[in-house]
Amino acid sequence: MQISGAQMVIEALIAEGVDTVFGYPGGAIMNVYDEIYKQDKFQHILTRHEQAAVHAAEGYSKASGKVGVSMITSGPGFTNAVTGLADAYMDSIPMVVISGQVPMSLIGTDAFQEIDAVGISRSCTKHNYLVTDANDLPRILKEAFYIARTGRPGPVHVDIPKDVTAQIAEFNYDIELDLETYKPHVKGNPRQIKKAMEAIANAKRPLFYLGGGVINSNAAYEVRELVHNTGIPAVETLMALGTLSHDDKLRVGMLGMHGSYAANMAMSETDIVIALGARFDDRVTGKLSEFAKNAAVIHVDIDPASISKLVNANYPIVGDVKNVVEEMLKLVSMVDSQNYEPWRETIENFDELHPLTFHEDTENIKPQWVIKRVGEILGDDANISTDVGQHQMWAAQFYPFTRPRQWITSGGLGTMGFGFPAAMGVKAAVPEETSINFTGDGSILMNCQELMTAVEKKLPVINIILNNNFLGMVRQWQTLFYDKRHSETDLSVQPDFVKLAEAFGGIGYRVSTKEEFDTALKDAVEKNIVAFIDVKVERFENVMPMVPSGGSLFNMMLLEKKESK
Amino acid sequence: MNDNNERRVVSVIVVNEASVLSRITDLFSGRGYNITSLTVAPIPDSKYSRLTIVTSGSVRVIEQITKQLHKLIPVLRVYEHADLVEKEMALVKFPITENISDISAICDAYNGKIVNVGNDVVITMVADEPKRVDHYLEAIKKYNPKEIVRSGAVALER
Repeated sequence: MQISGAQMVIEALIAEGVDTVFGYPGGAIMNVYDEIYKQDKFQHILTRHEQAAVHAAEGYSKASGKVGVSMITSGPGFTNAVTGLADAYMDSIPMVVISGQVPMSLIGTDAFQEIDAVGISRSCTKHNYLVTDANDLPRILKEAFYIARTGRPGPVHVDIPKDVTAQIAEFNYDIELDLETYKPHVKGNPRQIKKAMEAIANAKRPLFYLGGGVINSNAAYEVRELVHNTGIPAVETLMALGTLSHDDKLRVGMLGMHGSYAANMAMSETDIVIALGARFDDRVTGKLSEFAKNAAVIHVDIDPASISKLVNANYPIVGDVKNVVEEMLKLVSMVDSQNYEPWRETIENFDELHPLTFHEDTENIKPQWVIKRVGEILGDDANISTDVGQHQMWAAQFYPFTRPRQWITSGGLGTMGFGFPAAMGVKAAVPEETSINFTGDGSILMNCQELMTAVEKKLPVINIILNNNFLGMVRQWQTLFYDKRHSETDLSVQPDFVKLAEAFGGIGYRVSTKEEFDTALKDAVEKNIVAFIDVKVERFENVMPMVPSGGSLFNMMLLEKKESK
Repeated sequence: MNDNNERRVVSVIVVNEASVLSRITDLFSGRGYNITSLTVAPIPDSKYSRLTIVTSGSVRVIEQITKQLHKLIPVLRVYEHADLVEKEMALVKFPITENISDISAICDAYNGKIVNVGNDVVITMVADEPKRVDHYLEAIKKYNPKEIVRSGAVALER
């Protein structure tokens, strides 16, 4: 059929099964918005900033496993979206971001709202396209979705000049993709898998090192089976939380800079690391030369470039985690769980020596208590998003996660302002579950305009602000490593968060006792409108334990021991 | 990362489409890899182009370069050459007043010749291994070359 480029965009989104688009209109994308107005197959959620549109689509994607879609205009619309693109790229989130561009005849003339969008997005997307002819549009959109969700997932950016969205051309979406140069390697090499299983069987202290790739490949339940059938303990990265349930006996906890003592010690003492969809990030490894120093490394990853990038892999296996784990499960009889009993005891002892905990020794609420308390009240029923900073680490440490895709956070890029819009995306994807955003008094101001979106579109995100009047994580480093010179991190001057929420039509609570917190949370869940719960917490609480930047995992700063009451 | 910096030649077959060259060069600059030289031209009768990149780095860096290149969507193949035939061309402009027969003799020794004679200048062309081109350029220094242009290396696996 002969239709306009703008109509093609709509038809392609419908064909891809898209039910929600997050976006913000503007001059160069108006033709497409005109077609959005005319259709009723998918909902469009108008955010109040383009960055939030992309974060919301990320949250939607992470909670649902589907490709997130956002739409923006040229120039500043696009540049505002760049942070979201970069965030999705770092955390391998499948996304298609469509931007308007000035008409072809104006490209290169410094036209109004013109920017070299594909030039900018090249380094922060998996792939990008500048569409120069509407005849290419069906193929490009189909490729964009395919590339976004296959292989190592990631954001794909499609930049469409205004005259191309007006151009009439033939639309046929029922085409075979011919991507000769893009063929992701899904199936692991069977001989290599067998060799890896032999190595595991011969090891004394094997350790699973689970990364975000487990969640991305929807392999969490297969991984649980593998962990249980082998009896091998497992550590999780920040991105993998929820793979194992928090109460799983074989779960040693999160590793890395703010990982548990047991997880980091286990990684330091293991003799074979089984890395599944993890990429040996510097926040995980600490000092590389001393990371898992005496261990052989099995590295399963769909991205060959991740393997042996930082730590040499003795058993490299390129493939989809789910596929490889299924193959490993077939060979599980090679492994005798009994052999690892002493190793499991060793790890238990680590945990008993320095368990992950905090002291309730101040009048003010401890931020960690808030996290635990939300876990007790909502637990499995809530999806947890976060911003970036101390509250994020506390949420990772103390929330009782029970399932994959329950945890939505900005790991690689560490984007403050991610949490609120992401939590809206989560709510749009799974409306029947409560969407919580743990945030700080610094982060929340970076996208608080989204109160308007949340009110308008009835996305009742509960934002729990762990308010310490500080840019807390930077303050912590200044306290520890900069001789307490708290340069520009004191946020004592701040808005009235209750009034702020109310000004947009949301609901606000100011909380300084535990009782008030319980009441506020229960009320917010009941009222079912977007909420700010401003919790006054202990100002100088540090995230502990901690591996100082560039230090070795086994050299942690630990929580001071106190006599228990 | 700079332990044992080794010179390597990498050939990349890419779909011949808009901005593909920036994808390659952005990757090198973004990840802090070196480019000593880069040549690119379409492969006859195909939709592909061939790039020859001379780079340097440790074994790990070179391995990352090939993997990261391969990860780019329009990249069909990446060859990290071990056993290869490698050639580079150089054009040099001399004043006509220099000793032309000496220059011509030197060119002979490096697979080259005089390719243009004008009123004031002569232009020579040599094509040889990059190392030998270095030697040639050293040898002709005393004839006051006015301009030198090197093509960058091209290579084929033996």
